[in-house]
Amino acid sequence: MERACRHDHSAPPPPPAGEGWGEGVSARENPQEEGALTRRFAMTSSASGRGERSPRRPPSVHRTSVAAALIAASVTLPISAEAQELVPYTIVGDGIPQSLTGSPGDAARGRVLMLARTTTCILCHSGPFPETRFQGDLAPDLSGTGNRWSVSQLRLRLVDASRFNPDTIMPSYYRNGGLVRVGRNFAGKPILSAAEIEDIVAFLATLRD
Amino acid sequence: MISWRAIAAILLVTGPALLAGEIPPDARRSGYAFMGPDTRAMQDDDTANPGMLFVLDGEQLWKKTTGAADKACADCHGDARSSMKGIAARYPAFDKALGRPVTLDQRINLCRADHQQATPLPYESRDLLALSAFVGHQSRGIPITAGDDPQVKPFVDQGRALFMQREGQLNLACTNCHDDNFGKRLAGAPITQGQPTGYPLYRLEWQTLGSIERRLRSCMTGVRAQAYDYGSPELVALQLYLMSRARGLPMETPAVRP
Ligand code: HEC
Ligand code: HEC
Repeated sequence: MERACRHDHSAPPPPPAGEGWGEGVSARENPQEEGALTRRFAMTSSASGRGERSPRRPPSVHRTSVAAALIAASVTLPISAEAQELVPYTIVGDGIPQSLTGSPGDAARGRVLMLARTTTCILCHSGPFPETRFQGDLAPDLSGTGNRWSVSQLRLRLVDASRFNPDTIMPSYYRNGGLVRVGRNFAGKPILSAAEIEDIVAFLATLRD
Repeated sequence: MISWRAIAAILLVTGPALLAGEIPPDARRSGYAFMGPDTRAMQDDDTANPGMLFVLDGEQLWKKTTGAADKACADCHGDARSSMKGIAARYPAFDKALGRPVTLDQRINLCRADHQQATPLPYESRDLLALSAFVGHQSRGIPITAGDDPQVKPFVDQGRALFMQREGQLNLACTNCHDDNFGKRLAGAPITQGQPTGYPLYRLEWQTLGSIERRLRSCMTGVRAQAYDYGSPELVALQLYLMSRARGLPMETPAVRP
């Protein structure tokens, strides 16, 4: 009468090949390893970790509250043992004024990164990238980004977009913990390295209409 | 001026017990509705639908004796055209002996264990897919009612919580794409409502038939989450929630998807 478990005894087969969302969509390959420039401390993120909808604040209220919430916050907290260390950074107003690496990024490298599937940006965004066939439309087109946002704002947007909108679907790219069921290959690692973020920020700043 | 959002909010408040963010019954659409004409045509024509080959294989397996008991499915259930009609539309279903819902795949393996005294068929094996496609096919066109049984309510709720839970390195929940963003494109792929109507189904990307569990594991891997194991309570609960969320939509097994 081992009925309760008999059918569960078959070991799951190795995951079949070709998993993901289809041609040009897969976001699962390992992102590039974190560069040597990161050290010591990490920020905690305010992202809720929930999909539950809550009403979005109207933009005006939203901007003020962002400013209020972000004034000169400088939090450096130790993180769990397995998590990869992140460089500490300081939020001033609604941005991170200082480069995460201490030097400016490379816009050309940033463009290549942006278009790489593993970076994940164009799963959701589109932009002035005529050579790229598959671009998403879950998020604003990135043309003219450099007119609308300062480098400091762009850096915080990439590090932790939930600072601008707590319900955003845009991932926090520089975060190494506080997430649910992260895949074995990705656990404790930020999606992008500090150097990659700087390169992408440098590129976004060049996007002007 | 009243915005459409305000109107939607009023409708949500006054409408029937629909949870925030959920798709109202008359707005529910199968993945079929999001596909191009070629893929639709492939699904619609049984002679072109590659899933039908599995259905035919399943029909043979249905009649074939197996296991120490040397019995076939047909020895207990007779003609599947009548005995299996509508069954898949109410799975996962509560199993009294186990005290929890089981999927159609699990039911097939329970029958193998208990009545045929045969070894379980591994998940995603050709034989299991063929049998579940054959049984599922007997419900084609029948509206989904899984989740109606009050005994499965806690499991539906568990599945809903999992659907709403952000997860993985990309920190996205099923609801972020399949409730909030269906109709849009994730890079090249149209995002559908994630309806479970067609499983097991033939996905051109896979070049084969696959179960809904394979699909759910792909979505989890996509957000860089650790996918749940085949047959795990979480995947059963998610399936049950998806079926209850698809209430009233007709079954399409075996569907075709890009
Ligand atoms: C899963 C979806 C998703 C991904 C992936 C994503 N974003 Fe976003 N992004 C959004 C959404 C949605 C917004 C709109 C504002 C908000 O909700 O935060 C946004 C806003 C932005 C903005 C501000 C746009 C404007 O004009 O207001 C920039 C810049 C940006 N993202 C850059 C990026 C970059 C660079 C990447 C990759 C490193 C990226 N995003 C990845 C969803 C995404
Ligand atoms: C970032 C977006 C995204 C997230 C998050 C996501 N999916 Fe999907 N899902 C897709 C895309 C793209 C497809 C392929 C196109 C399609 O069939 O909808 C898909 C397909 C599906 C399908 C197949 C629909 C059909 O018609 O065959 C189901 C079911 C599904 N997803 C359920 C889920 C569940 C459950 C979760 C959470 C564990 C989830 N998805 C998370 C994007 C997503």
